Amino acid sequence: MVDREKTAGLMQAAAGEEIEGRSLWQDAWLRLKRNRAAMVSAMILGVITLLVIFAPFLSPYEYDGADWDNISIPPSIETGHIFGTDMVGRDLFVRTLYGGRVSLMVGVVATLVSLLIGITYGAIAGYLGGRVDNIMMRIVDILYAMPFMFFVILLMVLFGRNIVLIFVAIGAINWLDMARIVRGQTLSLKHKEFIEAAEACGVGTLTIIRRHIVPNLLGVVVVYVTLTIPQVILVESFLSFLGLGVQEPATSWGALVNEGAADMEVAPWSLIFPALFLATTLFCFNFIGDGLRDALDPKDR
Amino acid sequence: MLAYAFRRFLGAWPTLLLIITLAFFLIRVAPGGPFDTDKMLPPEVQANLDKKYHLDEPLWMQYGRYLWDVAHGDFGPSFQYKDYSVTELIGAGFPVSLRLGLSAIALALVVGVTFGTLAALRQNSRLDYTVMALSMTGISIPNFVMAPLMLLVFAVYLHWLPAGGWNDGALPNMILPVIALALPQIAYISRLTRGSMIEVLRSNYIRTARAKGLPERVVLMRHALKPGLLPVVSYLGPATAGIITGSVVIEQIFGIPGIGRYFVQGALNRDYTLVMGVVIFYGVLIIVFNFIVDLVYGLLDPRVRY
Repeated sequence: MVDREKTAGLMQAAAGEEIEGRSLWQDAWLRLKRNRAAMVSAMILGVITLLVIFAPFLSPYEYDGADWDNISIPPSIETGHIFGTDMVGRDLFVRTLYGGRVSLMVGVVATLVSLLIGITYGAIAGYLGGRVDNIMMRIVDILYAMPFMFFVILLMVLFGRNIVLIFVAIGAINWLDMARIVRGQTLSLKHKEFIEAAEACGVGTLTIIRRHIVPNLLGVVVVYVTLTIPQVILVESFLSFLGLGVQEPATSWGALVNEGAADMEVAPWSLIFPALFLATTLFCFNFIGDGLRDALDPKDR
Repeated sequence: MLAYAFRRFLGAWPTLLLIITLAFFLIRVAPGGPFDTDKMLPPEVQANLDKKYHLDEPLWMQYGRYLWDVAHGDFGPSFQYKDYSVTELIGAGFPVSLRLGLSAIALALVVGVTFGTLAALRQNSRLDYTVMALSMTGISIPNFVMAPLMLLVFAVYLHWLPAGGWNDGALPNMILPVIALALPQIAYISRLTRGSMIEVLRSNYIRTARAKGLPERVVLMRHALKPGLLPVVSYLGPATAGIITGSVVIEQIFGIPGIGRYFVQGALNRDYTLVMGVVIFYGVLIIVFNFIVDLVYGLLDPRVRY
C-alpha cells in the first residue's frame, strides 16, 4: 500500500509534476492504518455498535418481556436464547445488546457534554491569559481535588435515579481534564503568526477562539475523546452496578453484571456475557485511543 | 520547605470547605426529608421536631452549626441505623477499610513497579509485550467485573478460597478482595514505571554509571530507580482515590464490613446523614493523602521549587 504510493510519487516527480503534500490528517491516517491493534479494535467496536443498534430488532424477544417456559436456561440454539435467559425468563442476548445501547449512549453523550464545557472553558482561559486564566484554573484545581464519584452518588441518592442526571453528572466531572489539556494547547497556539494576523485584522476575541483556536485543537481533542468514552462507560457501569444508575426494566452493562454476579452460582452465563461485552468495548476504546495518540503525535513514541 | 508545606496546607482548605458546603446545600434542596410521613404531623409536633434539629433557624445559622459540628467530628445521627451516630459507623468501618486499602496499595506498588521495571529493561521483548498486554487488560476490565469472575472461579468452582465475608481479616478472606482492588492500580503503575524507566535508562548519567563499570544491579537500584519512580509517587494521589472508590464495590461484592459497604447501604436507603458524612470523610482522606504525596514528592525531587 505504502510502497505503491511511494512509487507513484516518484513517478510523478520524475514526470516533472508537483507532488501533492500530505496534510496532518492524511499522515495520521496512514500511521493509524499500520497499527494493527487499533484497526482490529475499531472493527470490533464497529460490529458491537451495529449489533447494539440493530440486533434487538431482529430477535423475537423483548428486553423486558419474560419467556415463561424458559426461565434461567443456559445458552442454546434450539430455544432461540443464544445467551440464555435470566432468573425471570428474559432473553439475555436482547438484554445485553439493549444494555449496550444504554452504556454506549451514556458514554458518547456524557463525553460530548464534557467536551463542550471543557473546550469552551479551556480555550477562554488559555486565550485570555493573565488574571482571568489564573482564577479559572485555580477553580479547576479546587474542583479537581473533590471526590466526584461520591458526589454523583450523593446526587443519585437525593434526586432519584434518572438517566438525564447521570449524563449531566458524569459530563460535569470529566470536563476538568479536557479544560486543562485545551488550555495548555491554547497557550502554545496563542503566539503563532496566524493568530497575530487575525488580531491585526481586528477579528473579535470570540471569533478568534471559535475560528482559529478550536479547529487547531482537534487532534488532542479526538485522542482525548476516545479515552474519555470508556471512562464514562465505566462510571455509568459502576453506578448501575451499585443499583444507583439505570433502573429496571431498563438496563445497562453495569446493571447486568450486577444481576449476573448475584446469580452466578446457578447461572454463570448471566454474568459472563455482559462482562465480556463491557470488557471488550473498554478494551477497544483504549486501544484506539492509544493508536490515535501515536498517530497524531509521532514525537511521543 | 516549611513555607511550601504551609502553603499547600492552606491550599487544601478551599476544597474541603467546598465539599462540605456542596453537601450541605444539596441536602437542603433535595426533595423529601427524613421526617416526611404520610400523615400530616400536628403543628406542635412539627415545631418541636424542627426545634430539636434546629430546622427553625435561618439557613446560614444551620450552615454555621453544621460546619461547627463537622469540625468537631460530629456528622449527626444515622437515620437508618437507629441508635448509632454516623461518626460511630465510620469509626467501626474504617479499620477494616484501611487494612483492605493499604494491603491493596502495597501489593499494587510492589507488583506494578517490578513488572514495569522488567518491561523497561527488556524493551520490545516478548516479556515487555506480555506485561503491556496484561496491563491493558487490567485497565480495561473494571474491578466490579473482575471480582465476581474471580469469585466464580476460585470460590465457586475450585473451592480454594472463601466466597466472601471478612472473618476479622483472616488471610484467605483477604486474598481475593485485595487482588481485585489492586489489579487496575497494578496496571497503571506498571505502565507508568515502564514509561519513565525507559526514559531514565537512556539518560546520560546512566551511561556514565555503566561506563564506570558499576554492576547492572547497582546502576538500577542506586541510580535509575529513584528518578524512575517519581511519576509513580505522584500517581499515588489518584491511586488512593481509585482504591477508595474501588473499595466501595469490592466491600459490597465480598460482604466486607467497611465504610464502603455502609456507604452503599446508606445510599440505597436514602440515609442522608450517613452518605454525607462518608462523602466528607472520603474527601478529607483524599485531601490529606494528596498533601502527604506532594510533600514526599518535594522531598524526593530536588528540581521541585518551593
